[in-house]
Amino acid sequence: MNSQKAAVSELDLHAYVDGRLSEERRAEVGAYLTASAQESERVRAYQEQNEILHTLFDSVLDEPIPTKWQSSRRHWNFPLRPVAAASVCIIVGGLLGWVLRGEYAGRSAKRVDFARQAAMAHAVYTPEVRHPVEVSAEQEEHLVGWLSKRLGTPLKAPHLLDLGYELVGGRLLPGDQGPVAQFMYQDKNGQRLTLYIKTDASTERETAFRFSQEGSVGVFYWIDRQLSYALSGELQKTELLQVADAIYKKLNP
Amino acid sequence: MGNDEHIATHIPQLRRYARALTGDYSAAEDLVQDTLERAWKRIGLWRLGSDLRAWLFTIMHNLHVNQLKADSRKQGQPPEQATLDLSVRPTQEDRLELRDLNKALRRLSNEQREVLLLVGLEQMSYEEVAKVLGIPIGTVMSRLSRGRDQLRAMMEGSSAAPQLKVIK
Repeated sequence: MNSQKAAVSELDLHAYVDGRLSEERRAEVGAYLTASAQESERVRAYQEQNEILHTLFDSVLDEPIPTKWQSSRRHWNFPLRPVAAASVCIIVGGLLGWVLRGEYAGRSAKRVDFARQAAMAHAVYTPEVRHPVEVSAEQEEHLVGWLSKRLGTPLKAPHLLDLGYELVGGRLLPGDQGPVAQFMYQDKNGQRLTLYIKTDASTERETAFRFSQEGSVGVFYWIDRQLSYALSGELQKTELLQVADAIYKKLNP
Repeated sequence: MGNDEHIATHIPQLRRYARALTGDYSAAEDLVQDTLERAWKRIGLWRLGSDLRAWLFTIMHNLHVNQLKADSRKQGQPPEQATLDLSVRPTQEDRLELRDLNKALRRLSNEQREVLLLVGLEQMSYEEVAKVLGIPIGTVMSRLSRGRDQLRAMMEGSSAAPQLKVIK
């Protein structure tokens, strides 16, 4: 070996495997490995280990993230000292109370709009025989990934097989504040339900189920963290509530 | 972006690491959950501008180590077999099993597995790994070296004991 170059150490070999060497040193270690079959075999084995690790575990990166992990919700943290935080709370609380006097009327109107839009989308797409959805349930992973990306937040298509409803697929729809996702389900009699989901920028984090009857379509809707959900179907109110409740529980295991 | 969103951007990696570390879906999901809860509670202690990823992985490391200790107390056993006895000649069945890197990974000590995964899977620099685990960089290198050696020996179903490598 060239005596002017620093001897290749164990550390160099690992840094070589992990791509942590300077270009110059990398070339020197590379030359050393070419000369030593045993060492180059060892380095190859280490590189293979890294590759297998990625093969084994990289798919975890694509799993949809449970909504309960999106935000701390109950753990509000003010990055302020407690005293300052308390006074801010009092001021903000007072202001909010004043501002919200008029806000409530507007907000409930918005909610009804949301239910109506969901019912409309349900009525438009559920009668479709050939094209009920844009992406079918066969490509569920792609569907959920795509819709999550468009809505800018991880979504889940809850599985309702235990209630007799199979996922048909889903589509992307325009909403008044941006894209909306629609998942469609169907039971063995062809009865269809749709779950309409939009991101919710309002400060409300959670609401109870609310019901709205839009013609023949019943809609249960609620807010769960940053998403608003509406379940539409031409079912008895109690049956629809049962499904809505199951969906809520599946999304909040 | 709020703190929650900052933290959320690291969830996929935390989850991948937890899955590889524990080798168990629900144990990993619980570990991520606990890590997030602690992070949300303590985000006030994180210095803005410092490495959030390293901070989160440190939380996960501490929780995991505590969990292992609690488990071993429950069972009255040492936390984990620290070294692997490779002098025993593996049977044919063993050899097939050992080809499975995932299974081989389970047979490393937790300390070696952590380093191996943070470097090989999470692609952290050696300095970062030292910071996350709170150990000197020399220790990172020796755990990495031994861990890789042992994995290799297991993967190849080597019947010979691996030669000890000395860090120069």
